[in-house]
Amino acid sequence: MSLRVYDLAQSRTGDKGDRINVSVIAYDEDGFRHLGEHLTCERVMQAFAGLAHGPCQRYELPKLRAYNFVIDRALDGGVTRSMRMDIHGKSLSSLMLTIELPELA
Amino acid sequence: MSARMPEGAARPLRIGSGAGYAGDRWEPALELVEQGGIDVLSFECLAERTIAREALSRRNRQSDGYNPLLAERIRSVLPAARARGVRIISNMGAANPEAAAEAVIEIARAQGLKGTRVAALLGDDVLNWVLTHPELAFLETGETVGSVESRIVSANAYLGADAIAKALATGADVVITGRVADPALFLGPAIATHGWAPDDPRIAQGTVMGHLLECAGQVTGGYFADPGKKDVPAPWALGFPYADIWPDGRVCIGKVAGSGGRIDRMTCTEQLLYEMHDPAAYITPDCVLDVTQADFVEIAPDVMEVIGARMGPRPDTLKVSVGYLEGFIGEGQMSYAGINAVARARLAGEIVQKRLELRGYHYDDLRIELIGIESLHGAGEPAASRPEPYEVRLRVAGRTPDKTAATVVGHEVETLLTNGPAGGAAEAKAVREILRVQSVLIPRAEIRIQVKVFEA
Repeated sequence: MSLRVYDLAQSRTGDKGDRINVSVIAYDEDGFRHLGEHLTCERVMQAFAGLAHGPCQRYELPKLRAYNFVIDRALDGGVTRSMRMDIHGKSLSSLMLTIELPELA
Repeated sequence: MSARMPEGAARPLRIGSGAGYAGDRWEPALELVEQGGIDVLSFECLAERTIAREALSRRNRQSDGYNPLLAERIRSVLPAARARGVRIISNMGAANPEAAAEAVIEIARAQGLKGTRVAALLGDDVLNWVLTHPELAFLETGETVGSVESRIVSANAYLGADAIAKALATGADVVITGRVADPALFLGPAIATHGWAPDDPRIAQGTVMGHLLECAGQVTGGYFADPGKKDVPAPWALGFPYADIWPDGRVCIGKVAGSGGRIDRMTCTEQLLYEMHDPAAYITPDCVLDVTQADFVEIAPDVMEVIGARMGPRPDTLKVSVGYLEGFIGEGQMSYAGINAVARARLAGEIVQKRLELRGYHYDDLRIELIGIESLHGAGEPAASRPEPYEVRLRVAGRTPDKTAATVVGHEVETLLTNGPAGGAAEAKAVREILRVQSVLIPRAEIRIQVKVFEA
Protein backbone atom coordinates (compact mmCIF):
# COMPACT_ATOMS: atom_id res chain seq x y z
CA MET A 1 0.00 0.00 0.00
CA SER A 2 1.23 3.50 -0.76
CA LEU A 3 2.07 6.08 1.86
CA ARG A 4 -0.75 8.31 3.05
CA VAL A 5 -0.80 11.43 5.22
CA TYR A 6 -2.62 9.14 7.69
CA ASP A 7 0.60 7.16 8.17
CA LEU A 8 2.60 10.24 9.14
CA ALA A 9 0.25 12.62 10.92
CA GLN A 10 -2.92 13.40 12.86
CA SER A 11 -5.40 16.06 11.75
CA ARG A 12 -8.36 18.17 12.93
CA THR A 13 -10.56 20.64 11.04
CA GLY A 14 -11.96 23.91 12.36
CA ASP A 15 -14.26 26.44 10.69
CA LYS A 16 -14.91 30.19 10.65
CA GLY A 17 -17.47 31.44 8.16
CA ASP A 18 -16.65 29.99 4.74
CA ARG A 19 -13.03 29.28 5.70
CA ILE A 20 -11.60 26.11 7.20
CA ASN A 21 -8.31 25.23 8.78
CA VAL A 22 -7.00 21.69 8.66
CA SER A 23 -4.07 20.93 10.94
CA VAL A 24 -1.58 18.22 9.98
CA ILE A 25 0.56 17.26 12.97
CA ALA A 26 3.43 14.89 12.21
CA TYR A 27 4.25 12.00 14.54
CA ASP A 28 8.02 12.52 14.11
CA GLU A 29 10.70 14.69 12.50
CA ASP A 30 11.07 12.51 9.41
CA GLY A 31 7.36 12.70 8.77
CA PHE A 32 7.38 16.46 9.31
CA ARG A 33 10.12 16.89 6.69
CA HIS A 34 8.43 14.54 4.23
CA LEU A 35 5.10 16.34 4.59
CA GLY A 36 6.88 19.67 4.21
CA GLU A 37 8.28 18.56 0.89
CA HIS A 38 5.24 16.83 -0.59
CA LEU A 39 2.08 18.05 1.13
CA THR A 40 1.93 21.36 -0.66
CA CYS A 41 -1.14 23.56 -1.03
CA GLU A 42 -1.31 22.43 -4.67
CA ARG A 43 -1.49 18.79 -3.59
CA VAL A 44 -4.12 19.56 -0.96
CA MET A 45 -6.30 21.57 -3.34
CA GLN A 46 -6.17 18.69 -5.81
CA ALA A 47 -7.74 16.45 -3.15
CA PHE A 48 -10.24 19.13 -2.15
CA ALA A 49 -11.30 19.81 -5.75
CA GLY A 50 -15.04 20.32 -6.00
CA LEU A 51 -15.23 21.03 -2.27
CA ALA A 52 -13.09 24.11 -1.79
CA HIS A 53 -12.24 26.92 -4.16
CA GLY A 54 -9.33 28.37 -2.21
CA PRO A 55 -6.97 30.07 -2.07
CA CYS A 56 -5.02 27.85 0.29
CA GLN A 57 -2.31 28.97 2.68
CA ARG A 58 0.09 26.65 4.55
CA TYR A 59 1.58 27.77 7.87
CA GLU A 60 4.47 25.93 9.54
CA LEU A 61 4.94 25.30 13.25
CA PRO A 62 8.28 23.46 13.52
CA LYS A 63 8.23 23.23 17.33
CA LEU A 64 4.97 21.30 17.18
CA ARG A 65 5.98 19.49 13.96
CA ALA A 66 2.74 20.80 12.50
CA TYR A 67 1.34 22.42 9.38
CA ASN A 68 -1.84 24.45 9.39
CA PHE A 69 -3.70 24.63 6.08
CA VAL A 70 -6.15 27.50 5.80
CA ILE A 71 -8.51 27.16 2.86
CA ASP A 72 -10.96 29.83 1.76
CA ARG A 73 -14.37 29.33 0.17
CA ALA A 74 -14.48 25.81 1.50
CA LEU A 75 -17.93 25.49 3.06
CA ASP A 76 -20.47 26.24 0.35
CA GLY A 77 -20.91 29.79 1.62
CA GLY A 78 -20.38 29.04 5.31
CA VAL A 79 -21.96 27.15 8.17
CA THR A 80 -25.05 29.31 8.31
CA ARG A 81 -26.20 28.82 4.69
CA SER A 82 -24.42 25.68 3.49
CA MET A 83 -26.53 23.01 1.81
CA ARG A 84 -24.06 20.29 2.73
CA MET A 85 -24.65 17.69 5.40
CA ASP A 86 -21.30 18.54 6.95
CA ILE A 87 -21.90 22.26 7.29
CA HIS A 88 -18.79 22.76 9.47
CA GLY A 89 -16.47 20.72 7.27
CA LYS A 90 -15.62 18.61 10.31
CA SER A 91 -15.08 15.48 8.22
CA LEU A 92 -12.50 17.15 5.99
CA SER A 93 -9.57 16.21 8.26
CA SER A 94 -10.36 12.62 7.23
CA LEU A 95 -10.04 13.66 3.57
CA MET A 96 -6.68 15.29 4.29
CA LEU A 97 -5.46 12.01 5.81
CA THR A 98 -6.36 10.04 2.64
CA ILE A 99 -3.92 12.03 0.49
CA GLU A 100 -1.25 9.76 -0.99
CA LEU A 101 2.40 10.77 -0.96
CA PRO A 102 5.62 9.39 -2.43
CA GLU A 103 7.28 6.72 -0.25
CA LEU A 104 9.75 7.86 2.40
CA ALA A 105 13.35 7.76 1.16
CA MET B 1 -14.50 37.78 46.03
CA SER B 2 -14.84 34.28 47.35
CA ALA B 3 -12.38 33.05 49.94
CA ARG B 4 -10.89 30.65 47.41
CA MET B 5 -9.72 33.41 45.12
CA PRO B 6 -7.30 35.56 47.13
CA GLU B 7 -6.21 38.49 45.00
CA GLY B 8 -2.60 38.28 43.86
CA ALA B 9 -1.76 35.21 45.92
CA ALA B 10 1.09 33.03 44.64
CA ARG B 11 -1.11 29.97 44.25
CA PRO B 12 -2.61 29.16 40.89
CA LEU B 13 -6.20 29.79 40.00
CA ARG B 14 -7.86 26.58 38.82
CA ILE B 15 -10.51 27.02 36.11
CA GLY B 16 -12.67 24.14 34.88
CA SER B 17 -14.35 23.82 31.51
CA GLY B 18 -17.91 22.60 31.98
CA ALA B 19 -19.17 22.50 28.40
CA GLY B 20 -17.75 22.88 24.90
CA TYR B 21 -21.05 23.55 23.17
CA ALA B 22 -24.69 24.24 24.04
CA GLY B 23 -25.78 20.62 24.32
CA ASP B 24 -22.64 19.11 25.85
CA ARG B 25 -22.63 16.27 28.42
CA TRP B 26 -23.81 17.16 31.95
CA GLU B 27 -21.79 15.01 34.39
CA PRO B 28 -18.22 16.15 33.67
CA ALA B 29 -18.94 19.63 35.05
CA LEU B 30 -20.22 18.24 38.35
CA GLU B 31 -17.21 15.92 38.49
CA LEU B 32 -14.94 18.98 38.18
CA VAL B 33 -16.78 20.81 40.96
CA GLU B 34 -16.87 17.86 43.35
CA GLN B 35 -13.47 16.28 42.68
CA GLY B 36 -11.46 18.75 40.60
CA GLY B 37 -10.62 21.31 43.27
CA ILE B 38 -11.56 24.11 40.88
CA ASP B 39 -12.10 27.77 41.81
CA VAL B 40 -14.10 28.72 38.72
CA LEU B 41 -16.27 26.74 36.31
CA SER B 42 -16.87 28.19 32.84
CA PHE B 43 -19.40 26.89 30.33
CA GLU B 44 -19.03 27.77 26.64
CA CYS B 45 -22.47 27.28 25.13
CA LEU B 46 -22.93 29.79 22.30
CA ALA B 47 -22.21 28.92 18.67
CA GLU B 48 -21.88 31.47 15.87
CA ARG B 49 -25.53 31.66 14.85
CA THR B 50 -27.19 30.53 18.08
CA ILE B 51 -27.49 34.09 19.32
CA ALA B 52 -29.45 35.07 16.17
CA ARG B 53 -31.77 32.12 16.76
CA GLU B 54 -32.27 33.23 20.37
CA ALA B 55 -32.86 36.83 19.30
CA LEU B 56 -35.81 35.54 17.27
CA SER B 57 -37.13 33.65 20.31
CA ARG B 58 -36.91 36.83 22.35
CA ARG B 59 -38.95 38.71 19.72
CA ASN B 60 -41.71 36.15 20.20
CA ARG B 61 -41.51 36.21 24.00
CA GLN B 62 -39.66 38.87 25.99
CA SER B 63 -38.61 36.43 28.73
CA ASP B 64 -36.99 34.05 26.21
CA GLY B 65 -33.79 34.41 24.24
CA TYR B 66 -31.27 32.56 26.39
CA ASN B 67 -29.99 28.98 26.22
CA PRO B 68 -32.99 26.62 26.65
CA LEU B 69 -30.83 24.14 28.60
CA LEU B 70 -29.64 26.76 31.11
CA ALA B 71 -31.99 25.70 33.90
CA GLU B 72 -31.07 22.03 33.68
CA ARG B 73 -27.33 22.76 33.52
CA ILE B 74 -27.26 25.31 36.36
CA ARG B 75 -29.51 23.18 38.57
CA SER B 76 -27.10 20.26 38.24
CA VAL B 77 -24.03 22.15 39.51
CA LEU B 78 -25.20 25.13 41.57
CA PRO B 79 -25.59 23.49 45.01
CA ALA B 80 -22.18 21.79 44.82
CA ALA B 81 -20.57 24.94 43.44
CA ARG B 82 -22.04 27.17 46.15
CA ALA B 83 -21.01 24.70 48.87
CA ARG B 84 -17.39 24.87 47.69
CA GLY B 85 -17.24 28.54 46.71
CA VAL B 86 -16.80 27.70 43.02
CA ARG B 87 -17.83 30.62 40.83
CA ILE B 88 -19.68 29.94 37.58
CA ILE B 89 -19.28 31.85 34.31
CA SER B 90 -21.25 31.18 31.13
CA ASN B 91 -22.35 32.73 27.86
CA MET B 92 -25.68 30.89 28.20
CA GLY B 93 -27.32 34.34 28.39
CA ALA B 94 -27.20 34.43 24.57
CA ALA B 95 -29.61 37.16 23.39
CA ASN B 96 -31.05 37.83 26.85
CA PRO B 97 -28.51 37.69 29.72
CA GLU B 98 -30.83 39.53 32.12
CA ALA B 99 -33.64 37.01 31.75
CA ALA B 100 -31.07 34.23 32.07
CA ALA B 101 -29.71 35.76 35.29
CA GLU B 102 -33.24 35.95 36.68
CA ALA B 103 -33.74 32.29 35.77
CA VAL B 104 -30.60 31.41 37.74
CA ILE B 105 -31.95 33.39 40.71
CA GLU B 106 -35.20 31.37 40.54
CA ILE B 107 -33.19 28.14 40.59
CA ALA B 108 -31.05 29.32 43.51
CA ARG B 109 -34.19 30.16 45.51
CA ALA B 110 -35.80 26.82 44.68
CA GLN B 111 -32.61 25.05 45.79
CA GLY B 112 -32.52 27.02 49.06
CA LEU B 113 -29.34 28.86 48.09
CA LYS B 114 -30.38 32.19 49.56
CA GLY B 115 -27.94 35.03 49.02
CA THR B 116 -26.66 33.68 45.71
CA ARG B 117 -25.59 36.64 43.58
CA VAL B 118 -25.84 36.58 39.82
CA ALA B 119 -24.33 39.20 37.49
CA ALA B 120 -25.65 39.76 33.97
CA LEU B 121 -23.06 41.21 31.60
CA LEU B 122 -24.65 43.53 29.04
CA GLY B 123 -23.25 45.55 26.17
CA ASP B 124 -22.58 42.99 23.44
CA ASP B 125 -25.90 43.79 21.74
CA VAL B 126 -24.96 46.47 19.19
CA LEU B 127 -27.93 46.04 16.86
CA ASN B 128 -28.87 49.73 17.00
CA TRP B 129 -25.33 50.83 16.15
CA VAL B 130 -25.17 48.42 13.19
CA LEU B 131 -28.55 49.56 11.87
CA THR B 132 -27.36 53.17 11.89
CA HIS B 133 -24.33 52.20 9.75
CA PRO B 134 -25.86 50.70 6.59
CA GLU B 135 -22.70 51.59 4.66
CA LEU B 136 -20.63 49.02 6.59
CA ALA B 137 -19.38 46.15 4.42
CA PHE B 138 -19.42 42.56 5.67
CA LEU B 139 -15.91 41.17 6.06
CA GLU B 140 -16.84 37.88 4.36
CA THR B 141 -18.57 39.00 1.15
CA GLY B 142 -18.22 42.78 0.93
CA GLU B 143 -22.02 43.17 0.74
CA THR B 144 -23.27 46.11 2.79
CA VAL B 145 -25.33 45.96 5.94
CA GLY B 146 -27.86 48.14 4.11
CA SER B 147 -28.46 45.47 1.47
CA VAL B 148 -29.93 43.07 4.06
CA GLU B 149 -31.13 45.63 6.60
CA SER B 150 -34.79 44.65 6.75
CA ARG B 151 -33.88 41.01 7.44
CA ILE B 152 -31.35 41.60 10.27
CA VAL B 153 -32.36 40.00 13.56
CA SER B 154 -29.25 40.46 15.71
CA ALA B 155 -25.83 42.08 15.96
CA ASN B 156 -23.52 41.15 18.81
CA ALA B 157 -19.96 42.21 19.52
CA TYR B 158 -17.43 39.73 20.88
CA LEU B 159 -16.62 41.18 24.31
CA GLY B 160 -13.32 40.39 25.96
CA ALA B 161 -11.94 39.22 29.29
CA ASP B 162 -11.95 42.76 30.70
CA ALA B 163 -15.76 42.78 30.57
CA ILE B 164 -15.93 39.45 32.41
CA ALA B 165 -13.46 40.69 35.01
CA LYS B 166 -15.73 43.68 35.56
CA ALA B 167 -18.68 41.36 36.21
CA LEU B 168 -16.58 39.24 38.59
CA ALA B 169 -15.53 42.39 40.48
CA THR B 170 -19.13 42.71 41.73
CA GLY B 171 -18.45 39.58 43.80
CA ALA B 172 -21.13 37.63 41.95
CA ASP B 173 -21.23 33.86 42.39
CA VAL B 174 -22.52 33.40 38.85
CA VAL B 175 -21.75 35.54 35.80
CA ILE B 176 -24.06 35.27 32.79
CA THR B 177 -23.02 36.82 29.50
CA GLY B 178 -24.21 37.13 25.94
CA ARG B 179 -21.61 37.14 23.18
CA VAL B 180 -18.03 37.09 24.46
CA ALA B 181 -14.93 35.65 22.84
CA ASP B 182 -14.76 32.01 23.91
CA PRO B 183 -11.25 32.19 25.47
CA ALA B 184 -12.37 35.22 27.50
CA LEU B 185 -14.63 32.96 29.59
CA PHE B 186 -11.39 31.53 31.02
CA LEU B 187 -9.00 34.48 30.68
CA GLY B 188 -11.53 36.75 32.45
CA PRO B 189 -11.23 35.11 35.89
CA ALA B 190 -7.44 34.88 35.47
CA ILE B 191 -6.98 38.62 34.93
CA ALA B 192 -9.53 39.36 37.69
CA THR B 193 -7.59 37.21 40.16
CA HIS B 194 -4.04 38.06 39.14
CA GLY B 195 -4.75 41.73 38.44
CA TRP B 196 -3.25 41.85 34.95
CA ALA B 197 -3.57 45.09 32.95
CA PRO B 198 -4.92 44.92 29.35
CA ASP B 199 -1.39 45.15 27.90
CA ASP B 200 0.21 42.62 30.29
CA PRO B 201 2.16 40.04 28.23
CA ARG B 202 0.90 37.23 30.50
CA ILE B 203 -2.45 37.66 28.73
CA ALA B 204 -0.92 35.59 25.91
CA GLN B 205 -0.64 32.58 28.23
CA GLY B 206 -4.14 33.21 29.58
CA THR B 207 -5.54 33.38 26.06
CA VAL B 208 -3.90 30.16 24.94
CA MET B 209 -5.27 28.56 28.11
CA GLY B 210 -8.76 29.75 27.20
CA HIS B 211 -8.37 28.48 23.66
CA LEU B 212 -7.33 25.03 24.91
CA LEU B 213 -10.25 24.85 27.39
CA GLU B 214 -13.09 26.37 25.38
CA CYS B 215 -14.12 23.14 23.63
CA ALA B 216 -14.01 21.13 26.87
CA GLY B 217 -13.51 17.45 25.95
CA GLN B 218 -11.72 18.29 22.71
CA VAL B 219 -8.46 18.65 24.67
CA THR B 220 -8.95 15.58 26.89
CA GLY B 221 -9.34 12.98 24.15
CA GLY B 222 -12.74 13.92 22.79
CA TYR B 223 -13.04 14.22 19.00
CA PHE B 224 -9.73 12.37 18.81
CA ALA B 225 -10.11 8.59 18.84
CA ASP B 226 -9.21 6.45 15.83
CA PRO B 227 -9.28 2.81 16.96
CA GLY B 228 -5.93 1.10 16.73
CA LYS B 229 -4.21 4.34 15.76
CA LYS B 230 -5.18 6.92 18.37
CA ASP B 231 -6.93 5.14 21.24
CA VAL B 232 -8.71 6.94 24.08
CA PRO B 233 -9.34 5.31 27.47
CA ALA B 234 -13.02 5.22 28.57
CA PRO B 235 -14.39 7.83 26.14
CA TRP B 236 -17.86 7.22 27.60
CA ALA B 237 -16.63 8.78 30.86
CA LEU B 238 -14.48 11.51 29.33
CA GLY B 239 -13.18 13.94 31.95
CA PHE B 240 -13.39 17.62 31.06
CA PRO B 241 -10.27 19.78 31.47
CA TYR B 242 -9.19 22.30 34.04
CA ALA B 243 -6.23 24.64 33.90
CA ASP B 244 -4.02 25.95 36.67
CA ILE B 245 -2.86 29.48 35.90
CA TRP B 246 -0.21 31.03 38.14
CA PRO B 247 0.37 34.75 38.74
CA ASP B 248 3.50 34.56 36.56
CA GLY B 249 1.48 33.22 33.61
CA ARG B 250 2.44 29.55 33.94
CA VAL B 251 -0.39 27.30 32.65
CA CYS B 252 -0.96 23.57 33.15
CA ILE B 253 -3.90 21.57 31.76
CA GLY B 254 -5.26 18.58 33.71
CA LYS B 255 -8.38 16.55 34.43
CA VAL B 256 -9.89 14.69 37.40
CA ALA B 257 -7.88 11.58 38.29
CA GLY B 258 -9.69 8.41 37.25
CA SER B 259 -11.88 10.09 34.64
CA GLY B 260 -11.84 8.87 31.04
CA GLY B 261 -9.83 10.40 28.23
CA ARG B 262 -6.21 11.49 27.92
CA ILE B 263 -4.18 14.70 27.95
CA ASP B 264 -0.86 14.65 26.16
CA ARG B 265 1.11 16.34 23.42
CA MET B 266 -1.13 14.82 20.74
CA THR B 267 -4.46 15.94 22.20
CA CYS B 268 -3.14 19.38 23.16
CA THR B 269 -1.57 20.11 19.76
CA GLU B 270 -4.75 19.15 17.89
CA GLN B 271 -6.80 21.49 20.04
CA LEU B 272 -4.24 24.31 19.94
CA LEU B 273 -4.58 24.50 16.15
CA TYR B 274 -8.36 23.99 16.14
CA GLU B 275 -10.10 26.94 14.44
CA MET B 276 -6.78 28.76 14.20
CA HIS B 277 -5.78 30.47 10.98
CA ASP B 278 -2.48 32.38 10.95
CA PRO B 279 -0.79 30.90 14.04
CA ALA B 280 1.23 34.10 14.42
CA ALA B 281 -1.91 36.25 14.55
CA TYR B 282 -4.95 34.69 16.20
CA ILE B 283 -7.14 37.72 16.79
CA THR B 284 -9.12 37.93 20.03
CA PRO B 285 -10.56 40.98 21.83
CA ASP B 286 -7.78 40.65 24.43
CA CYS B 287 -4.66 40.24 22.30
CA VAL B 288 -3.38 39.05 18.95
CA LEU B 289 -2.09 35.65 19.96
CA ASP B 290 1.08 34.13 18.46
CA VAL B 291 1.56 30.39 19.04
CA THR B 292 4.41 29.88 16.59
CA GLN B 293 6.84 29.40 19.51
CA ALA B 294 4.38 27.57 21.74
CA ASP B 295 5.15 24.08 22.98
CA PHE B 296 3.89 21.47 25.43
CA VAL B 297 5.80 19.85 28.31
CA GLU B 298 4.56 16.77 30.14
CA ILE B 299 4.53 17.46 33.88
CA ALA B 300 2.87 14.17 34.89
CA PRO B 301 0.59 11.66 33.18
CA ASP B 302 -2.45 13.64 31.93
CA VAL B 303 -0.92 16.96 33.03
CA MET B 304 0.56 19.17 30.31
CA GLU B 305 2.16 22.57 30.63
CA VAL B 306 1.81 24.96 27.70
CA ILE B 307 4.71 27.35 27.23
CA GLY B 308 5.84 30.03 24.83
CA ALA B 309 2.63 31.84 23.89
CA ARG B 310 3.31 35.40 22.77
CA MET B 311 1.11 38.30 21.77
CA GLY B 312 0.67 41.59 20.01
CA PRO B 313 -1.53 44.40 21.38
CA ARG B 314 -5.29 43.93 21.52
CA PRO B 315 -7.14 45.33 18.48
CA ASP B 316 -8.93 48.69 18.54
CA THR B 317 -12.02 47.11 16.99
CA LEU B 318 -14.19 44.17 18.02
CA LYS B 319 -15.80 41.65 15.70
CA VAL B 320 -19.58 41.84 15.45
CA SER B 321 -21.67 38.88 14.25
CA VAL B 322 -24.69 40.12 12.34
CA GLY B 323 -27.51 37.57 11.94
CA TYR B 324 -30.14 37.90 9.23
CA LEU B 325 -32.82 35.80 7.60
CA GLU B 326 -32.00 34.41 4.17
CA GLY B 327 -34.77 32.12 3.00
CA PHE B 328 -35.23 28.40 3.49
CA ILE B 329 -33.55 25.05 2.90
CA GLY B 330 -35.87 22.13 2.11
CA GLU B 331 -34.51 18.61 2.24
CA GLY B 332 -35.54 15.01 1.63
CA GLN B 333 -33.78 11.66 2.04
CA MET B 334 -34.48 8.07 0.94
CA SER B 335 -32.37 4.91 1.29
CA TYR B 336 -31.61 2.07 -1.15
CA ALA B 337 -29.76 -1.20 -0.48
CA GLY B 338 -28.65 -4.41 -2.19
CA ILE B 339 -28.00 -5.17 -5.86
CA ASN B 340 -27.88 -2.08 -8.11
CA ALA B 341 -28.67 0.20 -5.14
CA VAL B 342 -26.49 3.04 -6.44
CA ALA B 343 -28.20 3.08 -9.87
CA ARG B 344 -31.64 3.08 -8.25
CA ALA B 345 -30.66 5.95 -5.95
CA ARG B 346 -29.25 7.92 -8.91
CA LEU B 347 -32.49 7.40 -10.84
CA ALA B 348 -34.44 8.56 -7.79
CA GLY B 349 -32.43 11.79 -7.72
CA GLU B 350 -33.07 12.35 -11.42
CA ILE B 351 -36.80 11.82 -10.92
CA VAL B 352 -36.92 14.40 -8.12
CA GLN B 353 -35.03 16.95 -10.20
CA LYS B 354 -37.40 16.48 -13.18
CA ARG B 355 -40.47 16.63 -10.92
CA LEU B 356 -39.35 19.95 -9.43
CA GLU B 357 -38.83 21.32 -12.95
CA LEU B 358 -42.21 20.00 -14.16
CA ARG B 359 -43.95 21.64 -11.23
CA GLY B 360 -42.23 24.95 -11.98
CA TYR B 361 -40.16 25.32 -8.82
CA HIS B 362 -36.80 27.01 -9.04
CA TYR B 363 -33.98 27.04 -6.48
CA ASP B 364 -30.99 29.28 -5.88
CA ASP B 365 -29.13 26.03 -5.35
CA LEU B 366 -30.24 22.41 -5.67
CA ARG B 367 -28.03 19.66 -4.31
CA ILE B 368 -28.55 15.99 -5.23
CA GLU B 369 -26.10 13.52 -3.70
CA LEU B 370 -25.71 10.02 -2.37
CA ILE B 371 -24.86 9.53 1.29
CA GLY B 372 -22.35 6.71 1.37
CA ILE B 373 -20.48 7.95 -1.69
CA GLU B 374 -20.07 11.71 -2.02
CA SER B 375 -22.02 13.65 0.61
CA LEU B 376 -19.06 14.49 2.86
CA HIS B 377 -15.98 14.61 0.65
CA GLY B 378 -17.58 15.33 -2.73
CA ALA B 379 -17.11 13.39 -5.90
CA GLY B 380 -13.42 14.25 -6.31
CA GLU B 381 -10.34 12.32 -5.28
CA PRO B 382 -10.34 9.55 -4.21
CA ALA B 383 -13.89 8.89 -5.49
CA ALA B 384 -12.66 6.81 -8.39
CA SER B 385 -11.07 4.32 -6.02
CA ARG B 386 -14.06 4.13 -3.68
CA PRO B 387 -15.85 0.75 -3.75
CA GLU B 388 -19.59 0.86 -4.44
CA PRO B 389 -21.40 0.63 -1.08
CA TYR B 390 -24.06 -1.96 -0.25
CA GLU B 391 -26.40 0.75 1.05
CA VAL B 392 -26.78 4.34 -0.09
CA ARG B 393 -29.08 7.18 0.84
CA LEU B 394 -30.31 9.81 -1.59
CA ARG B 395 -30.25 13.35 -0.27
CA VAL B 396 -31.86 16.26 -2.10
CA ALA B 397 -31.61 19.79 -0.70
CA GLY B 398 -32.84 23.06 -2.21
CA ARG B 399 -32.29 26.65 -1.10
CA THR B 400 -34.92 29.27 -1.90
CA PRO B 401 -36.51 32.43 -0.47
CA ASP B 402 -39.92 30.71 -0.89
CA LYS B 403 -41.00 28.45 1.98
CA THR B 404 -43.47 26.56 -0.21
CA ALA B 405 -40.77 25.72 -2.74
CA ALA B 406 -38.56 24.52 0.11
CA THR B 407 -41.31 22.26 1.42
CA VAL B 408 -41.84 20.71 -2.00
CA VAL B 409 -38.29 19.27 -2.05
CA GLY B 410 -38.94 16.89 0.81
CA HIS B 411 -42.39 16.06 -0.50
CA GLU B 412 -41.09 15.06 -3.92
CA VAL B 413 -38.52 12.78 -2.28
CA GLU B 414 -41.28 11.26 -0.17
CA THR B 415 -43.49 10.50 -3.21
CA LEU B 416 -40.70 8.24 -4.48
CA LEU B 417 -42.12 5.71 -2.04
CA THR B 418 -44.94 4.75 -4.40
CA ASN B 419 -43.74 6.38 -7.62
CA GLY B 420 -39.98 6.00 -7.69
CA PRO B 421 -37.45 3.19 -8.18
CA ALA B 422 -37.86 -0.20 -6.47
CA GLY B 423 -36.98 -0.68 -2.85
CA GLY B 424 -36.81 2.93 -1.61
CA ALA B 425 -37.06 3.05 2.20
CA ALA B 426 -36.78 5.12 5.36
CA GLU B 427 -37.81 8.48 3.93
CA ALA B 428 -37.28 11.69 5.86
CA LYS B 429 -37.93 15.36 5.13
CA ALA B 430 -37.33 18.73 6.74
CA VAL B 431 -37.52 22.47 6.13
CA ARG B 432 -35.42 24.99 8.02
CA GLU B 433 -35.19 28.76 7.93
CA ILE B 434 -31.71 30.03 7.17
CA LEU B 435 -30.16 32.40 9.67
CA ARG B 436 -27.05 33.64 8.00
CA VAL B 437 -24.25 35.26 9.96
CA GLN B 438 -21.66 37.70 8.63
CA SER B 439 -19.27 40.03 10.41
CA VAL B 440 -18.44 43.70 10.69
CA LEU B 441 -16.03 45.54 13.01
CA ILE B 442 -17.02 48.04 15.69
CA PRO B 443 -14.66 50.54 17.32
CA ARG B 444 -14.02 49.55 20.93
CA ALA B 445 -15.07 53.04 22.08
CA GLU B 446 -18.64 52.39 20.87
CA ILE B 447 -19.12 49.54 23.36
CA ARG B 448 -20.97 50.28 26.61
CA ILE B 449 -20.42 47.55 29.16
CA GLN B 450 -23.04 47.27 31.88
CA VAL B 451 -23.25 44.79 34.76
CA LYS B 452 -26.56 44.14 36.55
CA VAL B 453 -26.48 42.16 39.79
CA PHE B 454 -29.39 40.10 41.10
CA GLU B 455 -29.61 38.40 44.51
CA ALA B 456 -31.60 35.33 45.53
